[in-house]
Amino acid sequence: MIPAAFEYHRPKDVGGVIALLQQHGDEARVVAGGHSLIPMMKLRMTDVQHLVDLQDVAGLGGIQVAGEQITIGAMVTQHMLINNADLTEAAPILKEAALQIADPQVRYMGTIGGNVANGDPGNDMPALMLCLGATYTLTGPNGTRKVAARDFYEAAYVTVREDSELLTQLTFAAPKGGYAYEKQKRKIGDYATAAAAVQIAREGGLCVAASVSMTNLSDVPVWSKAAGAALVGTDCGPAAIRAAVDAALKDINPTEDNRGPVEFKRHVAKTVIGRAIARAWSRS
Amino acid sequence: MTKSIIKLTVNGENHEVLAEPRELLIHVLRERLNLTGPHIGCETTHCGACTVELNGKSVKSCTVFAVQANGAEITTIEGIAGPAGLHVLQQSFREHHGLQCGFCTPGMITRAWRLLKENPDPTEEDVRFGMAGNLCRCTGYQNIVKSILAAAAEINASREAAE
Ligand SMILES: Cc1cc2nc3c(=O)[nH]c(=O)nc-3n(C[C@H](O)[C@H](O)[C@H](O)COP(=O)(O)OP(=O)(O)OC[C@H]3O[C@@H](n4cnc5c(N)ncnc54)[C@H](O)[C@@H]3O)c2cc1C
Ligand code: FES
Ligand code: FES
Repeated sequence: MIPAAFEYHRPKDVGGVIALLQQHGDEARVVAGGHSLIPMMKLRMTDVQHLVDLQDVAGLGGIQVAGEQITIGAMVTQHMLINNADLTEAAPILKEAALQIADPQVRYMGTIGGNVANGDPGNDMPALMLCLGATYTLTGPNGTRKVAARDFYEAAYVTVREDSELLTQLTFAAPKGGYAYEKQKRKIGDYATAAAAVQIAREGGLCVAASVSMTNLSDVPVWSKAAGAALVGTDCGPAAIRAAVDAALKDINPTEDNRGPVEFKRHVAKTVIGRAIARAWSRS
Repeated sequence: MTKSIIKLTVNGENHEVLAEPRELLIHVLRERLNLTGPHIGCETTHCGACTVELNGKSVKSCTVFAVQANGAEITTIEGIAGPAGLHVLQQSFREHHGLQCGFCTPGMITRAWRLLKENPDPTEEDVRFGMAGNLCRCTGYQNIVKSILAAAAEINASREAAE
């Protein structure tokens, strides 16, 4: 399992990364934790001629919880997400989801930036960012722009990020109320057969806001506006949950693969969405 | 493609190797530095047999290019025993039958070593969760978990005795 040959670069700042990406165009790829990219390179399923390592690039780290606003640097690893007490207090859904990604060794290496930029529908963080309504900051030759996570994903491995752009950070408002990330997988370390992220805010016994999104049930992560709307104004009882699950199921388009046929995926989706809503409500 | 000099501190010793960027850390450790403790089980980031300590993290060295580790501090199973002999974890695996064929053991012990540094007093569940990146085809895991829990108890007991 030896990948094809490539040149290796280790720039020290974002400007250096952008210059290399511009110079080498689609022959260049950045590597963050490498735990999605390197397996693909070893299988020779992706052709990289210039590998641009982000590990020394200044300004891509750090988790900031400042009042209502949370900012996470692209190079923050899943291990760091799990062990950051401020983040866990402000947005506990990140820890709950990160603990369900891969295994300890992978979580020391895998970064949130790599996870959301990758565009693999099996990655768990994108659905979470859709649920939270996060914004990604992209920096390229023409400066910096912000893109809503809900507008970022176009198809499997296709995102609105240009080849010469780097994703530098993620921001979102601290969520209110209850949360849950519910994932069904065949074994520890596996990608989701289906997973759902839910945030619910409650006031006076009724749901006042709800956000529902899903992993690996389409070629992109799915945010179901209708599912959230179905919960608002209800007591999130069995009938409301059923209505929300039905709405969510209309927004997905799973395909058959080694995790099972479409009917099975829909069945698992129904179960995980329902459980995620019930758990988020119970914590709200 | 261009080879470069890669500097690694492995088990406290400084090394320089001339390698292509595409050489994986596990291959450099095994084939150039003759550290054959870390094994290659799957080469697909699943089994954990290649686990080494890299700058304070447990990593699967089949999924890191050696050049990425340029300047890093690495510990392999060869660096876990001290001058006084086997590490408590190694002793414990031996006593509690934590290995059968032994193929997974270097990765298991190297991973468990980091786990106990981060969580010196783990529950059985903590151990199972923290060791989930390491596969074993022989033991059924029961005795691996027992070995790690016993090692933790022993390390804690001797720390308390020293205090
Ligand atoms: C055995 C195994 C099991 C796994 N299970 C799961 C799982 O259950 N759920 C899950 O979500 N993931 C899983 N993963 C993937 C893992 O979480 C990856 O680490 C993660 O998806 C990518 O992060 P990375 O930092 O390793 O990215 P890399 O592999 O370094 O990069 C991935 C892609 O993103 C691009 N990229 C990286 N950073 C940036 C950036 N800042 N800006 C622009 N582009 C960038 C790279 O060029 C590359 O195309 C698993 C991996 C393994 C090996
Ligand atoms: S050989 Fe590296 S994880 Fe199996
Ligand atoms: S002892 Fe044989 S693989 Fe674990």
